[in-house]
Amino acid sequence: MPTLTESLGRKTLNHLDYVGGLSIQLWEALRAMGASLPIVGNRYRWKASVGQMLQIGVSALPMVGLMAICSGFILAMQGASELRRLGAMHYVIDLVAVGFTRELGPLLTAIAVSGRSGSAFAAEIGTMKVTEEIDALRVMAFEPVEFVLAPKYLAALIMLPCLSIASNVCGIFAGGIFMFFSTRLGLGLYLHYVLSSIQLRDVISGLIKSLAFATIIVHVGCLEGFRVHGGPDAVGRSTTTAVVKSTFLVIVADVLFTAIFYFTGKH
Amino acid sequence: MAIISIRDLIVEYDGRRVLDGLSLDVEPGETMVLLGGSGSGKSTLLRQILGLERAHSGSVFVKGIDITRCSETELRAVRRSIGVAFQSAALFNSLSVTDNVALALREHTSLAPSIIDLMVWLNLAAVGLAEFGHLHPQELSGGMKKRAAVARALALDPEILVFDEPSAGLDPIVAAELDELILLLKKAFQMTVIVVTHELPSAFRIADRIAMLYNGTFLAVGTKDEIKNTQHPRIRQFLDRVPDKMGDASGVAASFEKYLQTQETTL
Repeated sequence: MPTLTESLGRKTLNHLDYVGGLSIQLWEALRAMGASLPIVGNRYRWKASVGQMLQIGVSALPMVGLMAICSGFILAMQGASELRRLGAMHYVIDLVAVGFTRELGPLLTAIAVSGRSGSAFAAEIGTMKVTEEIDALRVMAFEPVEFVLAPKYLAALIMLPCLSIASNVCGIFAGGIFMFFSTRLGLGLYLHYVLSSIQLRDVISGLIKSLAFATIIVHVGCLEGFRVHGGPDAVGRSTTTAVVKSTFLVIVADVLFTAIFYFTGKH
Repeated sequence: MAIISIRDLIVEYDGRRVLDGLSLDVEPGETMVLLGGSGSGKSTLLRQILGLERAHSGSVFVKGIDITRCSETELRAVRRSIGVAFQSAALFNSLSVTDNVALALREHTSLAPSIIDLMVWLNLAAVGLAEFGHLHPQELSGGMKKRAAVARALALDPEILVFDEPSAGLDPIVAAELDELILLLKKAFQMTVIVVTHELPSAFRIADRIAMLYNGTFLAVGTKDEIKNTQHPRIRQFLDRVPDKMGDASGVAASFEKYLQTQETTL
């Protein structure tokens, strides 16, 4: 039976090992990214990146859009129920517009992509590990990080900001629909108020967050896949762990970024 | 000069010694069979020869380069001269058989697509799969998968061809066909062949020399006649298929006695 100190020590070492693994993988991926770029890189990696963009981005668009519309309605209704009593219904527009561009758009997108693609990355790489495909790549003189991970990372870095913008548009649109039915505010005027309430720095801070979320989702998902040992049950466990860890880390990163933007006077 | 030279190789997993000071020379153009029972260390030795794992100590020279200490670039160069047919075939399931074979040619050479197509066809024809190139790995039988893996291993015209348990999971007829294929390829391409197996008929059919592994050490290294006629008790037990005495009544009784003693000590 291990003592409390031993147990704590082992857990600390495991966490340090995980963070170290993530850092090394991130460094290797950044070094390998050049091969995934168009024109200057390897055309097969770029082709793989485009395929990943379709899977991570285009296929997720309906789900992300629907989630954003629902959240837009929820935010507008919850906000309106309180603000109506104060006679400040017009603040619902600010709440939805600023809330989505700074926060909800990137966060909802990251949670959706983490569930869809983060688990898929872990399952794909984990299965490749179990079936010796990763070893086959290495003995064929390919770098698994360049071959498997880098196209996914590039695709996520491009598609998560795009999905976040789509999510912002859908959420704000839902707020507009709510305002039309609750206060008869025209969509043109609503859009005018939206544009006057959000600033470029709100959009940029949201996009910076979505880049960080893309990094977390891809690297956690892929690391879980690369660390699979054993059989199919290990692959199953890795997919669950990938989603849980990446969602948790996305929220932690969101808090950190929001705090940084808040205390540096961005907001 | 030996094409592969292993010197005092020690491999440990979690403090447990799996390979214990192995030394072996494989001459160019010979077929070396690594023979041994389950858990004897055959696959671990193979992974060391392929540079897939780090050794605790010792050296593995492939074509004069110590792959336990060389740079990643040197290791990749060495790997291009080795073709590997894995136990599970390890074909990339997302690619057709043709694309599996063409992958290394497309990425590691600057050959014209028409030449690559021709070379792929020749390799598939050499293993009797010329008509099945359009299929995906999941559409192939076990024997066909192994042959496709051989075709992929041959793609870069390697000097060393490695087979990990080529007969595992195959019926005797298909296994014999694969043995004949190995002999044919060796004759046609003048390659050095390393085969890891525990199948005696297969080993004695294809080997020039056999290295007999037991508990991480070589019990004997010699020609197939030398191994066949050896009087070493453990090798004789393996060749004559004599079971260990772990399953008889006295063995079970002794184990039970030991179990009871441990339980008493715990209580």
